[in-house]
Amino acid sequence: MSMGTSETPTLIGRPSVEAAGMPPRKRKPLGRNQKDEALAGYLFVLPAIASLVVFLLGPILVAFYISFFNFNFLDPENAKFVGLANYWHLFHDPQFLRALWNTTLYSLGVVPTQTVLALFLALIVNQIRGKTFFRVAYYLPQVTSTIAVSVMFIFIFSQQGLLNQFLHLFGIQGPTYTNDPKFALASLMVMAIWSTSGQFMMIYLAGLQDIPDEIYEAAALDGASGWRMLRYITIPSLRRVTFFVVVMSLIGTYQVFDQAYVVSGGDGGPLNSTMTVVLDVFTKGFKTMQMGYASAMAFVLFFIILILTLIQHYIMGREK
Amino acid sequence: MTHAKNFRPLLYAVAILYACVSLLPFVWSVYTSLKPTSDIYHTFVPFGHLTLHSYSDIINNFPFLRWLCNSVIVATIVTIGNLIVNTLAGYAFARLRFPFKGALFYLFMAVMMIPSQVLLVPIYIMLAKLGWINTYQGLTVPFLMNAMMIFLARQFFLGIPQELEEAARMDGLSHWGIFFRIVLPLSRPLMATMTIFTFQGNWNSFLWPVLLTTSDDMYTLPVGLNSFYGQYDAYWNSVMAGVLLLTLPMILVFLVFQKHFVKGISTTGLK
Repeated sequence: MSMGTSETPTLIGRPSVEAAGMPPRKRKPLGRNQKDEALAGYLFVLPAIASLVVFLLGPILVAFYISFFNFNFLDPENAKFVGLANYWHLFHDPQFLRALWNTTLYSLGVVPTQTVLALFLALIVNQIRGKTFFRVAYYLPQVTSTIAVSVMFIFIFSQQGLLNQFLHLFGIQGPTYTNDPKFALASLMVMAIWSTSGQFMMIYLAGLQDIPDEIYEAAALDGASGWRMLRYITIPSLRRVTFFVVVMSLIGTYQVFDQAYVVSGGDGGPLNSTMTVVLDVFTKGFKTMQMGYASAMAFVLFFIILILTLIQHYIMGREK
Repeated sequence: MTHAKNFRPLLYAVAILYACVSLLPFVWSVYTSLKPTSDIYHTFVPFGHLTLHSYSDIINNFPFLRWLCNSVIVATIVTIGNLIVNTLAGYAFARLRFPFKGALFYLFMAVMMIPSQVLLVPIYIMLAKLGWINTYQGLTVPFLMNAMMIFLARQFFLGIPQELEEAARMDGLSHWGIFFRIVLPLSRPLMATMTIFTFQGNWNSFLWPVLLTTSDDMYTLPVGLNSFYGQYDAYWNSVMAGVLLLTLPMILVFLVFQKHFVKGISTTGLK
């Protein structure tokens, strides 16, 4: 299981299951060599299987099981089976609904903006010299810890921070953005857009390099303008990339946690304006110790991500 | 594209403008970290006033070095473990024949869609029962396998020519011998990509270490920085010195291995 940052655990994406197709082979009774090979094969995958079973499949079954209980780790004696009550309660829990709403808003704010920005930057960088410099400059935020990003932006967005000093030139007096219910979530969006656009730009750049030059040459012979080439050749050719970027970015944004935790000191404030689904799982599970409830909540997140992934596999598979 | 020529200066202007947006927070953080405490909120500070005091402050008066060591230890163990576990499995899935191989491989691919947040509660319970909360074991052992990396390794091994391995088999080398003496030495690009992404992911990871550490001697750098910021948010120069301590190592790794980053993203990002 990956321990990557929750914002972008998907740096190199998830392969489609189709890619896993095995070459067909004949089944024969195993000879001595084949037995050796099979034994070696099992030994080679053994560490991975052990980790998979102990730290992934086992735990997920446990999580599913306790999501039907009122369960507190510190008081396991009093665990009580409640059936679907945790799941039922979720959709009447104002805090969870707020978290789901905030996370959705956050996704809707971040995903389209960073996709368009990434494509725009890739188109520009693809046309000019100094690609290496721009790639490095745009990608640096991505290698930076989300905690560092959050702290840097909290400072820039503070009452006397850089942003307000700039706005002051125009006579505007701004608040401490990360601490204002109206702006806190938007501040998180800005951080995410700033830190992940470079990564998606790189993916677009790779996609641009895969478009054959002949298509552009043919279009140029037909007298197509740069704009029309962009509209009718480049953007349609990048359809798969765009789709990949959007889904990856949706999956990433639904798991947002780090920035919300730093900005709010872990409580989702001010006034729940930075409460996200994962932060809610974290608080319910480990602050108020409602572990069954937190597990049910995590499965709702799992369900959302599962749907997104299946849509991706379906469409990517069909496009092939 | 002929028309693009007229736009060229404009393209450069936009590219440079966004480079500024991208780099400004770093520059501002470095600058802030050099300001004396009395001048934190002065936008511009005379050059002579700049000082490295905040760096000596966080290193001498706070456990930043301890946190740095913890981060290095944890990320190194996790990276080495992942390299071993994932390349072995990737090789088996690429080259060796054994019953149920296809099914097992599908299983690894399927678990990739599980968000790790679902595992927070059960893994916490498991580690608590083992007495592994707030230990190096707890921060490393659950994180030694990564299905995405297994996939990456398998794809890489499928792409290298099989003749060498066959020749080695004729010479009587075992599967282990072939893997360690023939295949691994050919796999440096794979190892580089895996090392970089695993190390970076673990170095920057926050959710798990903030859950699994309870005392400040076991914090990793991101957890330590968050707690330091929580207590000393008036001392922005020291906070920013901490930010740079956390950020600079990854920036250096990125600058040195830039090519592998690009390759890693472009070869696997679109699979």
